[in-house]
Amino acid sequence: MSDAPRLDAGSVAAAAWPDAIFDILKRFRVRQVAYVPDAGHARLIERVHAEPSMTPVVLTTEEEGVALSAGAWLGGERSVLLMQSSGVGNCVNMLSLVRLGRFPFLTLVTMRGEWGEFNPWQVPMGTATPEALRLSGLHVVRADAPAEVADVVGAAAVMTYEAETATAVLLSQRLIGAKVFAK
Amino acid sequence: MSLDRRAAVARLLSGRTDLLVVTGLGSPTYDVAAAGDHPLNFYLWGAMGGAAMVGLGLALAQPRRPVLVVTGDGEMLMGLGSLATIAARNPGNLTVAVLDNESYGETGGQKSHTALGADIAAVARGCGIGDSRIIGGEDDLQSFAGRIHRLGESSAVGVLKISTGEDQRILPSRDAAFLKDRFRLALGVAAA
Repeated sequence: MSDAPRLDAGSVAAAAWPDAIFDILKRFRVRQVAYVPDAGHARLIERVHAEPSMTPVVLTTEEEGVALSAGAWLGGERSVLLMQSSGVGNCVNMLSLVRLGRFPFLTLVTMRGEWGEFNPWQVPMGTATPEALRLSGLHVVRADAPAEVADVVGAAAVMTYEAETATAVLLSQRLIGAKVFAK
Repeated sequence: MSLDRRAAVARLLSGRTDLLVVTGLGSPTYDVAAAGDHPLNFYLWGAMGGAAMVGLGLALAQPRRPVLVVTGDGEMLMGLGSLATIAARNPGNLTVAVLDNESYGETGGQKSHTALGADIAAVARGCGIGDSRIIGGEDDLQSFAGRIHRLGESSAVGVLKISTGEDQRILPSRDAAFLKDRFRLALGVAAA
């Protein structure tokens, strides 16, 4: 067996909720999709790369996506930032741009460190994520079950692109499936 | 030899027609404002490390308009990874001009990493932005100024070696929401 961590394939690859998110982003005419690669978002990232109307932007660190999102909106395009909860802390100062500029901003955060987490290094930021986002001025909503995802992301998209506010959707670790490490 | 920052920035912006401009916090914001306020300037007063990425988002959204980011060495150093991110898309309408005085002018003139060996143009080239140059004199500046207003094949980075010393502070609006709305109205995307 390899020592490399692998995702519990049954929970994400076969799940329909990433496709539901993709459909919502497409329906809301989201053009720029910024991401730091993440197993929980792997299916969605694949769909974005295959979609001609969307521009995927792979980041070296999450706060780049916050600044990218502001630039996209200055130029008239809608964007979204896909990241893992560990990346939320990287964004804190950059989110002042979103708040002061009253930029519409949507981020979809896959949660680590909250449910069956094997790696203790994920726990501090996972625990702090909802409050860190709220302190930074975002409205925070959460999906815990596959059946909720479309409604929650759809509602967040309305608040972002129609009300022009800053919204974070937390996709719970229970929904995504805890990462399983090969022994 | 080093360039005068105000004169160099004014030279880069002179004759602008469809250029969209993003500035990094501190002196680059004042330098661009000193060359003349414009509704298609978006000034950052914070969000350090984000200027080049705001420029990338704008360039991807407006592929037919040239986009210029004017920032400083300290601000660019905080977002070095964004050079790799820009290179991965490499839009031909994006140019980043780094005003490099090798020091943190806002905070007392402490030496920056470019005084201690870091070469931002080499980093940009190493990230995959082929047109990355150091601009040390008037001829280089002239050639770089020509590049900024055109749509190229790929992104460009110019590191302008400027003299230290502080000019009079020309302070544009600090209201990011106002600047954003003004920019979008002027660009004609306010109903997007």
